[in-house]
Amino acid sequence: MIVADKKPVEEIIEYVKDCKKILVLGCNECVTVCEAGGKKEVGVLAATLRMYFSNQGAEDVQVDERTLERQCDHEYLEEIRDIADQYDGIVSIACGVGIQFTAEKYHSIPVYPGVNTCFLGVTEQRGLWTERCQACGQCILAYTGGICPVARCAKRLFNGPCGGSSQGKCEINKELDCAWQLIIDRLKAIDRMDLYEKFFNIKDWSTDRAGGPRKVEREDVQI
Amino acid sequence: MSAKTPSKLEKVMAAGHLGVTSECGPPRGSDPEVIKHKAELLKDCVDAINVTDNQTSVVRTSSLATCIHLKLMGLEPILQMVTRDRNRIALQSDILGAASFDIANVLCLSGDHQSFGDNPQGQNVHDLDSMQLLWTVRKMRDEGTFLGGDEIKRPPKMFVGAAANPFADPFEIRVPRLAKKIEAGAEFIQTQCIYNLEKFEEWIRLAEDRGLTEKCYIMAGVTPFKSAGMAKYMKNRVPGMDVPDDVVKRMADTPKGSQAEEGINICVETIQRLKELKGVSGFHIMAIEWEEKVPEIVERAGLMPRPETD
Repeated sequence: MIVADKKPVEEIIEYVKDCKKILVLGCNECVTVCEAGGKKEVGVLAATLRMYFSNQGAEDVQVDERTLERQCDHEYLEEIRDIADQYDGIVSIACGVGIQFTAEKYHSIPVYPGVNTCFLGVTEQRGLWTERCQACGQCILAYTGGICPVARCAKRLFNGPCGGSSQGKCEINKELDCAWQLIIDRLKAIDRMDLYEKFFNIKDWSTDRAGGPRKVEREDVQI
Repeated sequence: MSAKTPSKLEKVMAAGHLGVTSECGPPRGSDPEVIKHKAELLKDCVDAINVTDNQTSVVRTSSLATCIHLKLMGLEPILQMVTRDRNRIALQSDILGAASFDIANVLCLSGDHQSFGDNPQGQNVHDLDSMQLLWTVRKMRDEGTFLGGDEIKRPPKMFVGAAANPFADPFEIRVPRLAKKIEAGAEFIQTQCIYNLEKFEEWIRLAEDRGLTEKCYIMAGVTPFKSAGMAKYMKNRVPGMDVPDDVVKRMADTPKGSQAEEGINICVETIQRLKELKGVSGFHIMAIEWEEKVPEIVERAGLMPRPETD
């Protein structure tokens, strides 16, 4: 899933402090799972903003709450079509994708980010989300024991580990697993250490961000 | 192995002599006198001088520019290149730049992570990794083509090297990793600083069992301690460094005023012991900001005078 983290409320206040009518817009998908932008967080942020305006003596400021099934689909974003233009600003606490799609759809209404979108990751445990994928567009997990060196090695080495790996940890942080140690452990577990000896030639990064904004087009499912 | 490039270092080792290299860290400013002073200290006691590339991710004068200074002084530089800061276009371009000054050695590295340096908020590149850079230089040299496939007019003629750390974890893949570096194109290897001699000897024996020491020159890396504090720091703080307790104790048990001398003694003893080891083709003396001691180390280790090449 896409993992996001809440923005400091002071930053959000800075965006909306001159608004009179604000919509806090959540998303029921990834950001709900990572507890940054779901219905619960919409409620907390809206209450915090109301408290701020009340303390400023701005009792007339209205802060509304809404959480959509997704903000990355036309279908769900259309649900606020009738009300969107009533607002001076929308604070979207969906991921960066949802924020942008909302802004794209409601062109003349300011849309502000309420989260920092971080990475594609997993819930390792309650309250702990960690990165697994950088969406480079050309998956090599078949050769690396299902562990991605692009996302998980600090130097994204394809032929690692580097000389800084120590007791299974990365040189940049003793809390961080060395991706190549994980790869080697897993290759051993699946009896494929022969794969370690394979020299990974130069990667084609054109399917990554380097190739510009990307597109997946599937004619078989188009209407 | 016979020499394939104009590199003096390659010729020395191909002739069966033990090669000797040291290093010159470029200054954190643009004063060329700093480089020239270090080079003067080293010029008669080594075959070639490594020039570090923004080591520990701290901004310095570029390795390429510093190598050119050394070359213009009539010395033999080894251009260190890290993949951290430049993409494949910039790396190939700098290789050509170096070749245009007939710089004949390159050492391919990934580089320390930028979080250790003076720009920890910076982006890193790592378009290639160190092995892919090795492969790139070999392709440019041996096939005379760029990565894109176009022909290079006057391809670079460089002796191509890499680093190896026999002490990093996991130990079991240290030799397979060396094999991969050689497969990718490494012709010489400079190792991490050696203090744990037993572990190094085991590593090179395993490398020899796989026939790797026949395919590539292994240069043993050494660094003299200046003090017991430095030994402790290297043991505890430098990632991938293996400093055994008895070595730290030997430094700590030495009176402060004699610790620098003891550090040199340990370094000389290490070289003398490894000189006899099959598979060791030379020594890389990394006397970090202590270049004035390199002639003494080389002399006392019995590696002087340096052999003449044509």
